Amino acid sequence: HGSPHSTLLEGSFDASSLLLRLYHRFRALDRNKKGYLSRVDLQQIGALAVNPLGERLAGGGGAGWEELLGEVDFPGFVRVLAHFRPVDDDDSGMRDPKQPEPLNSRMNKLRFVFQLYDLDRDGKISRHEMLQVLRLMVGVQVTEEQLESITDRTVQEADEDGDGAVSFLEFTKSLEKMDIEQKMSIRILK
Amino acid sequence: MEGAELAGKILSTWLTLVLGLILLPSAFGVSLGISEIYMKILVKTLEWATIRIEKGVPKESGLKSSASVGIIQRDESPMEKGLSGLRGRDFELSDAFYFSKKGLEAIVEDEVTQRFSSEELVSWNLLTRTNMNFQYISVRLTAVWVLGVLVRYCVLLPLRVTLAFIGISLLVIGTTLVGQLPDSSLKNWLSELVHLTCCRICVRALSGTIHYHNKQYRPQKGGICVANHTSPIDVLILTTDGCYAMVGQVHGGLMGIIQRAMVKACPHVWFERSEMKDRHLVTKRLKEHIADKKKLPILIFPEGTCINNTSVMMFKKGSFEIGGTIHPVAIKYNPQFGDAFWNSSKYNMVSYLLRMMTSWAIVCDVWYMPPMTREEGEDAVQFANRVKSAIAVQGGLTELPWDGGLKRAKVKDTFKEEQQKNYSKMLVGNGSL
Repeated sequence: HGSPHSTLLEGSFDASSLLLRLYHRFRALDRNKKGYLSRVDLQQIGALAVNPLGERLAGGGGAGWEELLGEVDFPGFVRVLAHFRPVDDDDSGMRDPKQPEPLNSRMNKLRFVFQLYDLDRDGKISRHEMLQVLRLMVGVQVTEEQLESITDRTVQEADEDGDGAVSFLEFTKSLEKMDIEQKMSIRILK
Repeated sequence: MEGAELAGKILSTWLTLVLGLILLPSAFGVSLGISEIYMKILVKTLEWATIRIEKGVPKESGLKSSASVGIIQRDESPMEKGLSGLRGRDFELSDAFYFSKKGLEAIVEDEVTQRFSSEELVSWNLLTRTNMNFQYISVRLTAVWVLGVLVRYCVLLPLRVTLAFIGISLLVIGTTLVGQLPDSSLKNWLSELVHLTCCRICVRALSGTIHYHNKQYRPQKGGICVANHTSPIDVLILTTDGCYAMVGQVHGGLMGIIQRAMVKACPHVWFERSEMKDRHLVTKRLKEHIADKKKLPILIFPEGTCINNTSVMMFKKGSFEIGGTIHPVAIKYNPQFGDAFWNSSKYNMVSYLLRMMTSWAIVCDVWYMPPMTREEGEDAVQFANRVKSAIAVQGGLTELPWDGGLKRAKVKDTFKEEQQKNYSKMLVGNGSL
């Protein structure tokens, strides 16, 4: 009802009822009623803990949610989820260019994932960071040589200016053919 | 003086009524039908309330119950499809999109965390505590609700507390007295009588209505009874219809007194906290117990913790390694009349019992199931899963492979390694890079 949160999630469904359910979910996850979600709260979710990127998503291994998006209080929680809203067709045409880009735009979705890789938030994914994130994803199942080989190939493919790191621009370019909007969308049930 | 006399008279009539209408019939296992009448009135009232609520809420506002409907649409496609992968494909930067989507889906909604909070109701049952999204509808409904509060707190609660008090005292006194007798069939018969009477009284203390199905499969002596766990009340529900030997830790305080008294009358298996850690000792003592065919069946809850009665979680294999015949029992509560789930992180025992005693009633179904034994070539874990499935099907509950221990602890590393293995196989599987 005019709160900034409901505009984040507006669409053809009832935003206030969705917000209410998300709020109940937030409360259920916030174990000691702190008012924000800590790393431990998120790691308690079984299905997240077994996700290869689960640790990064819970804010571990480098810059976490708290640094990326501010304290993960309820508005922060909603902001993260807003990245995953499907892109509506009517969004793209009529947007006022002076308004900030909606969180679920292609650019912002790409930025969200870029930040999962860019551990120190310096705007570049260095070879070392890529190695670390890959190690998080595969655990002990892959040898160091294999991992280095994968890292080298990936960085070389995306790195255009030869600085040995992948900048955000290079990242977006290497993925320009990918249907990000479809891969990174979560549909809300009405 | 007059005031004291009056109070004395009221108290004595009250106690006589309680004695005559509740205690004596409990001792003989007979029902006078008062609870049935109460339940009928209750059901009618709740139906009326539901109709009024449905009429009152406009159709467009769409505040639908989220009882069984999720928040988001889950994409259950396996990892290979989601990563647009063929086996032995290379790592792509875009893999992160699939995993972050799956991760966010889990953050918004996961199968396990929701099982540790009470089930949401489809329609309000006139208790404040279940009033999640329901708005003000009409004066009449609010009036009925106020009446409900008065009835529950001023009439039912004192009655129930009295009964609980009497029930527990009788149990302690009765079992201690019976314990003085030498071992004989008379002692066993008396001990059963005391246990059953006191349990029936305690069930009345909660206005419990229990339907037992398939009584022919009731657990026999020398067997192990296994059931899904929702609350400490489960024990009460089962012991009202038969006597069991209970297994558990020795507690202090009131529980400890009850435990010590009970074990005098018939052999329960209580462990000291230190003994519980020694798995072999526990298994040994339980094996000895069931080897003696004259001893009562053991009652075990293999989930290890209270779940909210919408699903059955992993059964710990310890109970299934003892051997012997397993008698599965499924317990399903009807949440419309009162929420039996004990959320131990939210409520301690006393506030939980108070909540129980101020609900409308506890209504549940108990299904006894045919006995099962471990088959050739089946290990304890597979057997445990087989029993778990059977109980889930019978009770109409969902089956989850997750461990109830997730309520308090993190997921085991072995689960995470499984997923990492799957992903790694895709990256480097065929030995090609």
